[in-house]
Amino acid sequence: MTVVAPLIGVLALAAVSAAGARIGLTTLFCVVIPYAAILVFLIGVVWRVLSWARRPTPFNITTTCGQQHSLRWIQSSPLENPHTRLGVIGRVLLEVLLFRSLFRNVKHEFVSRENAAPRLAYKASPWLWLGALAFHYSFLVVFVRHYRFFSEPTPRSLQIVEMLDGFFQIGSPTIFVSGFVLLAAATFLLLRRLLLPQLRYISLPVDYFPLFLVIGIALTGILMRYTAFRTDTAAVKNLCIGLMQFKPPAATEPIGAIFFVHLTLVSCLFAYLPYSKLSHMMGVWLSPTRNLIGASRMRRHINPWNYPVAVHTYEEYENEWRDKMKAAGIPVDKE
Amino acid sequence: MADIQLPPPEELAKVSFQPRPQGWMDPCVEFRPGTWSYAGKPKALETVGMPNPREWSPTDADWKLPENWKEIILQGLRERLDKYRSLKVFLDICVRCGACADKCHFFIGSGDPKNMPVLRAELLRSVYRNDFTLAGKLLGKMVGARELTMDVVKEWFYYFYQCTECRRCSVFCPYGIDQAELTMIGRELLNLVGININWVMEPVAKCYMTGNHMGIPPHALKDNLEFFADDIENITGVRVDVPINKKGADVLFVVPSGDVMADPGIYTLMGYMMLLHESGLNYTWSTYASEGGNFGLFTSHEMIKRLNAKIYAEAKRLGVKWILGGECGHMWRVLHQYMDTLNGPADFLEVPVSPITGTRFEHARSTKMIHIAEFTADLIYHGKLKLDPSRNNAYKVTFHDSCNPARAMGLFEEPRYVIRNVCNHFYEMPENTIREQTFCCGGGAGLGNDENMEMRMRGGLPRGNAVRFVHERYGVNLLTAMCAIDRAVLTTLMEYWVPEVKVSGLHELVGNALVMKGEKKRELNLRSEPLNEGSEDTSD
Repeated sequence: MTVVAPLIGVLALAAVSAAGARIGLTTLFCVVIPYAAILVFLIGVVWRVLSWARRPTPFNITTTCGQQHSLRWIQSSPLENPHTRLGVIGRVLLEVLLFRSLFRNVKHEFVSRENAAPRLAYKASPWLWLGALAFHYSFLVVFVRHYRFFSEPTPRSLQIVEMLDGFFQIGSPTIFVSGFVLLAAATFLLLRRLLLPQLRYISLPVDYFPLFLVIGIALTGILMRYTAFRTDTAAVKNLCIGLMQFKPPAATEPIGAIFFVHLTLVSCLFAYLPYSKLSHMMGVWLSPTRNLIGASRMRRHINPWNYPVAVHTYEEYENEWRDKMKAAGIPVDKE
Repeated sequence: MADIQLPPPEELAKVSFQPRPQGWMDPCVEFRPGTWSYAGKPKALETVGMPNPREWSPTDADWKLPENWKEIILQGLRERLDKYRSLKVFLDICVRCGACADKCHFFIGSGDPKNMPVLRAELLRSVYRNDFTLAGKLLGKMVGARELTMDVVKEWFYYFYQCTECRRCSVFCPYGIDQAELTMIGRELLNLVGININWVMEPVAKCYMTGNHMGIPPHALKDNLEFFADDIENITGVRVDVPINKKGADVLFVVPSGDVMADPGIYTLMGYMMLLHESGLNYTWSTYASEGGNFGLFTSHEMIKRLNAKIYAEAKRLGVKWILGGECGHMWRVLHQYMDTLNGPADFLEVPVSPITGTRFEHARSTKMIHIAEFTADLIYHGKLKLDPSRNNAYKVTFHDSCNPARAMGLFEEPRYVIRNVCNHFYEMPENTIREQTFCCGGGAGLGNDENMEMRMRGGLPRGNAVRFVHERYGVNLLTAMCAIDRAVLTTLMEYWVPEVKVSGLHELVGNALVMKGEKKRELNLRSEPLNEGSEDTSD
């Protein structure tokens, strides 16, 4: 159920949009849904970021992953335990761009031994890190490449991206590596979830849903570009530029059903992002264990809701113990 | 006293990692002896005015909660969602990638999937989804939402008290999600309806009234310190001063009270006394601020503040210039990350300056409190101490980074610098088990009690294993740690996993090596064992 329900969901989305193409609901699927999705996405991102940003960070709860800045002759770790704003920026960028913490990943393993408790060994386990990097960066390249459909003429910088992405040119059309990497990486992340018992145990339907969405998007994209399902790119471009200029073309141009599926799945992904775990895209910037300056003894961190509390004062304490203190020769405030 | 029967270590180390066939969404807890802690006693709760004091046990069917317990907890969660960005972000963005899963010592030692930090968090997250997100209200289980039931509360209790707030998972999380933060807030919510453990609540109550966890009254504290001064005199021939509640001292010295009472912490305490005497620092102990440790950290943010307030208050009353702190783990999390925010600004104090070396501790210029490892490292660096490391030759030392000085401070090099100067034989444990990746002792955050013994040994399995590794490879026979809970808990852990290894604090080693003015020829170490014969040398 955990895996099947989201799969059925994505397939249903695909089926509905394909049917929409068949009966000619071009305006609905190519104009209304994409516009609605972008709107929902934008509102969602703003709402989500504000929902975090308006909440205070009452304490400096930096996770320190390196030597503190203390004595002059001890080398501190400016990026793992930053004591300056610049260091924090570096730390967050390392997390966002290179998934620094995920890179630390190790796998534990019990090595059995004769007549003794087994030994625990830790093996470097870069696969999740590599898979995640491949997934996110190929997605970024694919995303950037799609700008071609929204611009006329194609900007020079985009042509460079395409040239690099199409490095392995084998005939025509140019093969863009990114699309295949995205499909492979998403499949890897899915298989991981399905095959590792612990991971399968923690996975929810909402963990599978976006993976199926992305796999669907990559698959339909690849089908449109390289197979018999090829789509009239001129019509697509016409549509996209029309959407950009808020002048969608008349809904008469025939674009293949597979394009409808692709576009609908993309719309769903956009609309879904800010309301789901995919909001980690914004949240990673706001994680208090990573984006605060570690030097909390150097600068006072302010808690906006810090309130007075009941304490047991020295006076009360001395009142309770004065005789004993005096007898023991401990100085007291009131004789 | 609980009498928990433990299987032999070889048995306990056979951990099964096969999750139950049924999912985690249906709450299910079995309170097996040895895996949970006794409930807080009503008297302790009354002392600090906490809700719902009563006699109860986790094994009871009825936990005697107020009728509107659910409303109270959900309202508490609502308030905290508004007060802590951390809570909201951590509940919203987890993608369940599983990177944290086998980073938790309790998961490695127990194989219980709910001890994966991600799932421990889901216990709370599922309720958050159910009552605070639209998707959860509409789609329920599909998006991982669960209703808050009594069984869920029991599950929270079981698993939030199987987390030592060590923060190791947060090092590995790609978004820095910190289970300690979620455990702290989870425990806070449970406390709203009177669910807590006695090993936290009793120290809290004692700390509130007498100033320290152990409940040592002022005259007894003085007696103990004088007693250690006698021991030091027997060993060294030097009589050290014991300044107590002394107005006009330059420095207030605050330690974890565990070191005043329990072996082997007392030897570390003797080390402090010798060092401070020898350095000539004009300092004072306080009977009121006689505890740096703060079990408020394991209770609620409010309790952190209530228990911590006495440190600045006493510094002000005594008119000292700055504060020096002893070796303690969670104490330093509070001092480094909470004290100034909660009870500062300490504008009546001065930026700490070592009168011996002239070093100005700029990194503590706001909080005005430094760690004794920083103070001692600075003394050694400037050549102000005469040290004879050969007096520790019986020891082959390894160093356990305590969770909080490691992951909430980054105090890595100072203690290592000190160790290298006071010992000749120092060996590091494998790199995945030290520094920011250090493994918990298994008994932090209030879990170091006897009734919880099986879970402690399981949680301490990775640490025990790493110590066994250096014991077998280098003949290591001493595990040094800068934490009072460590010194108590690791001792038991070593007896179980690596009985050949003893536990000490850093300043015990300093005390042994310290050559004092006017001392007699040293024949005994601080444990009053013949020098360099005290520990068995097991190397080749």
